[in-house]
Amino acid sequence: MKRRTFLKTLGLAGAATVAAAAPGLAAAPPAAGDGSQPLATLFDLSKCIGCGACVEACREANAARYPEPKKPFPPMYPSRVKVEDWSDKRDVTDRLTPYNWLFIQSASVAYQGKTQEIHMPRRCMHCIKPPCANLCPWGAASKAQNGSVRINTDICLGGAKCKTVCPWSVPQRQTGVGLYLDILPSLAGNGVMYKCDRCYDRVAAGGVPACIEACPNEVQSIGPRSEIVEKAHALAKSMNGFIYGETENGGTGTLYVSPAPFELLQAAAPPGPGRPGLAPVADAMSFESTLAAAAFMAPVAAVAGAFLRAAKRGQDGKNAQDAQGERHDRS
Amino acid sequence: MTGPNVSPWTKRLFAVTVFGLGLTGVAQMPIFSRYYIADIPGFGWLGDFVVTHIMHYVLAVAFLFLTFRFAATYVLSWRRDSGLTTSGVVRTGLYAALIATGAARMIKNFSGVYLGEWTVLVVDWTHLFLAMVLLGAVLWARWSGRSGYMAR
Repeated sequence: MKRRTFLKTLGLAGAATVAAAAPGLAAAPPAAGDGSQPLATLFDLSKCIGCGACVEACREANAARYPEPKKPFPPMYPSRVKVEDWSDKRDVTDRLTPYNWLFIQSASVAYQGKTQEIHMPRRCMHCIKPPCANLCPWGAASKAQNGSVRINTDICLGGAKCKTVCPWSVPQRQTGVGLYLDILPSLAGNGVMYKCDRCYDRVAAGGVPACIEACPNEVQSIGPRSEIVEKAHALAKSMNGFIYGETENGGTGTLYVSPAPFELLQAAAPPGPGRPGLAPVADAMSFESTLAAAAFMAPVAAVAGAFLRAAKRGQDGKNAQDAQGERHDRS
Repeated sequence: MTGPNVSPWTKRLFAVTVFGLGLTGVAQMPIFSRYYIADIPGFGWLGDFVVTHIMHYVLAVAFLFLTFRFAATYVLSWRRDSGLTTSGVVRTGLYAALIATGAARMIKNFSGVYLGEWTVLVVDWTHLFLAMVLLGAVLWARWSGRSGYMAR
């Protein structure tokens, strides 16, 4: 029995015991909220045993949306443009791929004289100001009212700009699939980008993401962001723990609460391809609101200036006429 | 932009602003890095999406100031002397549509604003399409000797 399967079995057994004692806890609650504010999720990392039930549930729930690329891939120019093909490595679960939108990052850390094994389910952070959606030039990435950040795989060209600007490099590309094949497959585009959309359709239908539903230890909860932030602070206080995701990149829809500092987790599980980091992240889009305000003020200033100038010219013309009249009277 | 009493430096500033908007707009597509242009010494910034995005916003501020100043001056005084040429009407219409779609793009990036997946798509594609049409209109106006906005 694999370690992960063993842990999952243990977790499921534990959950079944709890459910028997309190049946109300067994059913995952629907994603709460009246739609007035985006939803966020909270991960209590002290509960996660790394069983991988969330990963399996995610793969099962999204299997029908995974790419089925056409082979052979069209040649791409120039030669620096590389094929990214994960279609023969669909079983990879230890990182993000186009076929794996959630994985468990594990770190063994020593903190306050105690060594702890901490497991972190990692996926898209669903930023409040998502650089991927704000900077996508093709309208393929967008943020939804419920806080999910989504990529429209029907129109994505796979330029991977979203991955470049994402502070965690979350979106993953699969070559040989998507709209670029119908436009200029050799000269522009390179497939489609894939990532977690926090089970948008399930949530829109009143349910919860598959990863939350499948978790035997109720590691994750979902709700309006203000409530989740409050809950995260209460949880962090109760365990003397640490929060990640509340302020990162200007705020995200994914909050982690850990009993050990995230710097230690980052050092123990360093980031790499398909493995997001846990370092502090500045607000990448902070300049936008300032410049947008300037852009909306510029026309007002220009029109006001033009009116003042016209008024001044009118006054100057009137003064010149008056002066001319006076000279005429004197003569 | 040509019109009565527009100084040469203002015309040059307007031309540079429009060119800059076009360049930084194209730079939003990941093509300058793909096609080695960002590898040319001094052009590396063209491959930096955030830098070119900031530049696009800054240039948009200058462009909006100039276009609204021209528009207000046209309404207040220039139109008494002459009207817009056909090519002037075409380009002015394109600028107006680009401003509208650009404003929608800026608004959709505010936190708490959700335009919907398909609205975002339509706005982005329209902005891109209009920019390509404007490029054609500007080249046509220049090559056919119709670069003036105002009838003489």
